[in-house]
Amino acid sequence: MAALWTLWTLSFCLVWPSCWALTPAARLPQLHNPPTVLGLNGTDGSPSVDLPMALRVFSVDYHHVQAPFEIVLWIMLASLAKLGFHWSGRVPAVVPESCLLIMVGLLVGGVIYGVRHSAPPTLSADAFFLFLLPPIVLDAGYFLPGRLFFENLGTILWYAVLGTLWNVLGIGLSLYGVCLLAQSSLGDVSLLHCLLFGSLIAAVDPVAVLSVFQEMHVNDQLHILVFGESLLNDAVTVVLYKQIESFLRLPTVSGLDVLLGGCRVVVVGLGGLFVGLFFGLLAALTSRFTSRAQVIAPLFVFLYSYLSYLTSEMLHLSGIMAIVTCAVTMKQYVEANVSERSNTSIQYFLKMWSSVSETLIFIFLGVSTIQDVHMWSWPFVCSTLLLCLVWRATGVLLLTAVVNKLRRNAVTFRDQFIIAYGGLRGAICFSLVFLIDDFPKKRLFITTTIVVILFTVFVQGMTIKPLVELLDVKRKKRALPSVSEEIHSRLIDHLLAGIEDVVGYWGQHYWKDKFEQFNRKYLRRFLIREDHQARSSILRVYQELERREQRADEEAPSLVDPRSHSRPLLPEEMDSIRRILSRNLQSFNNKQTPAYSRHTLNQDANRARTKKPLHRHLSLGERYTFTQGEVGESSGSGRVRKGLCRSHTVCSISPRAVSQEPLVSTTSAQITDLSSSSAPREDAISPQHQAPGGGGAPKKHLSFVLENEKEQ
Amino acid sequence: MGSSSSSVNHVPNAQELMQETGFSASQILRLYERFEFLDRDRTGGLSFQDLEALPHLSINPIGDRIIGAFFSQGQETVDFASFVRVLAHFRPVDSNRRDGAPQEQANSRTRKLKFAFQLYDQDKDGKISRAELLQVLRSMLGIQVTEEQLQSIAERAIQEADLDRDDAISFDEFKKSLEKVDIDHKMSIRILR
Repeated sequence: MAALWTLWTLSFCLVWPSCWALTPAARLPQLHNPPTVLGLNGTDGSPSVDLPMALRVFSVDYHHVQAPFEIVLWIMLASLAKLGFHWSGRVPAVVPESCLLIMVGLLVGGVIYGVRHSAPPTLSADAFFLFLLPPIVLDAGYFLPGRLFFENLGTILWYAVLGTLWNVLGIGLSLYGVCLLAQSSLGDVSLLHCLLFGSLIAAVDPVAVLSVFQEMHVNDQLHILVFGESLLNDAVTVVLYKQIESFLRLPTVSGLDVLLGGCRVVVVGLGGLFVGLFFGLLAALTSRFTSRAQVIAPLFVFLYSYLSYLTSEMLHLSGIMAIVTCAVTMKQYVEANVSERSNTSIQYFLKMWSSVSETLIFIFLGVSTIQDVHMWSWPFVCSTLLLCLVWRATGVLLLTAVVNKLRRNAVTFRDQFIIAYGGLRGAICFSLVFLIDDFPKKRLFITTTIVVILFTVFVQGMTIKPLVELLDVKRKKRALPSVSEEIHSRLIDHLLAGIEDVVGYWGQHYWKDKFEQFNRKYLRRFLIREDHQARSSILRVYQELERREQRADEEAPSLVDPRSHSRPLLPEEMDSIRRILSRNLQSFNNKQTPAYSRHTLNQDANRARTKKPLHRHLSLGERYTFTQGEVGESSGSGRVRKGLCRSHTVCSISPRAVSQEPLVSTTSAQITDLSSSSAPREDAISPQHQAPGGGGAPKKHLSFVLENEKEQ
Repeated sequence: MGSSSSSVNHVPNAQELMQETGFSASQILRLYERFEFLDRDRTGGLSFQDLEALPHLSINPIGDRIIGAFFSQGQETVDFASFVRVLAHFRPVDSNRRDGAPQEQANSRTRKLKFAFQLYDQDKDGKISRAELLQVLRSMLGIQVTEEQLQSIAERAIQEADLDRDDAISFDEFKKSLEKVDIDHKMSIRILR
């Protein structure tokens, strides 16, 4: 708590200078550097004080640095607040981080309003679209888990495109109805304006909720649905928004215009996709040659992504689609080509920039909340709130009813509730509403949007977890499954997965397999550095192993030590067994949760808690970098030998069929972990692998690798 | 994938298989196309390597057991009839089928459970011994769990299920321990309907 108070004190110390800094020049005497030469003063028009020489040693020229200084102060304040937020115990689990940012924004807004009594800085279209939006979208696109995304692509597109259209049209038309009903106050809001408003209010940003998701045991599938939907939904929203805005500028809108508009939307989306692909491949190719200048390797990632965004904006295509596609395309090749440290730098910078962007947008939000430019209208605001909820809920229900017939894993009611209720509005809504061309009711729109954002982020963001727990409680009436049930259920799950592989989904995997072949034969050879190709394929297979794991984000299971076999087990041991089963039954190691949150890299969050398994993943990478001559975490000549022979072993097996690589990498992963922990454990466990002995090809592979170890 | 113009008459024993397993003609055709796709060396039967070549199956923890379940006693290859018979277990249970006693259908609950039971019971003695259970647990749980934890989990599982105290799980005990689980839904692949 002492740390917390220190941080708050620091931030208040910053607030006062910022107030002082933001006051108009007239209220305080400003000391300027007197003009240097020949005692001339006042030639540049700024107020100067003709002071004796002694005072020239110290002077303050605030106007010179005003703009960057203020921005830095705002960002500093928000960042300190974030630090305090994370130190404050249980608050982060309950309150989404977006709430905190909005509160900081409100605070800053209040301060500025109180001090200045004048219009605060506003957000311009250029600043938003060119500087603030790209980092956010790039962050989302880069950390998108590719495989999961493509597996669920149909469902995600279904929700994103159709769901957004449903929301836009629904909210827009209903609001127009409301405006017609409240003719007296809202009569001058045209249909197009309502549709415009609908399009921007439909932009969903559930990232705020994703941090709370961790606590809610949200499964992989729901995570990717929510996340993928929000990403594509942003793209669709921005395209629709721009389209409707261009309609607004036309004198009349005919049916033909609408049709052309529809075609244009498709062209814009696909065009953005291709631009992104092009730049992504270029970036991958460039990263192949960065081995001698590793320090600037991260720079290429950002440059190419931003370039793709700017190029597509220049061509009036969808910048968001471009930057997301670019990130998704180049990610696997860049990660293979570039050193571990560059990878880390890329990740950290992405998180940093997106965090700063979002912070700035929310501060603008807070600042513009507290000013005089509001226009309130009860019917409009209340009906907007209501309609947002209603249309989203009905949209999700309807779409899910259709999509469940086509999916293997149905989207349950709980999932649907989370998708619908977790549809918070965020930074993009706010920015888009600000950028509307001025018209009489613009201030009403701004007010309404701010109210919707505040409502969804605070009310929905904070209540979603209790509500979901309520739902869960109702479904957990039956007793916890017994251990046998769990084991057998997991076996059956694996069995079903295997049989589905055999049956092959009637060719659903056909295109994926084709792409993988193409990828392996041509793209990877072309785009990945020679000496990294073998390593990267093993790492990718290793990552594929992690694909089927459950997320384990709590502490490692405690050790259970039965003294004799026939003793009945205590409840605590029963609990720990149950925990082990529910978390580890499909895992080969602890999966790193995908970094959806804009505010953390989850491998950092997990690192403290689950050291051993993560260590294995890291050490796998380290081993290979170690064998290439860099200094890794391991030390001692014994490990040198093992590292060398392991890569030798693996590389010698790589010409074999693909199906056998995973097994080898499993075993090598196992053995890697063994050697990273202490020696007695290795002895204890290696007989375990040899004991089951014969029968089945995988066991033969194990002994093959072990023999290789012994030979070296 | 594949042409729908080829008639089901090309498929050997199509009518018998349809009768026995309850698959429709189009499903038999699709399964035959899949069978031919998997049979890369065109030997007319699937070998262990053919099935192992499926990438996800090879990283499945019990992948080798699943593949083994396709092969009948002592056989080296899987012919189309055996392939279809095994997959018939995973058809969703259709409630309105009247012909044939429900228990004898390939996809009845008992048959589904028997299939799962055989994955454990590799030596085919009709019981899951402690060692067999441990083997399966080991392959599913991976390295996360220590040997002591594995032993205690297996111990607990046997304690719960073993009613006649013979330190092994028979098929009836297996069925009983899963009576609360909706096997019909869990062990069905919807596209095989």
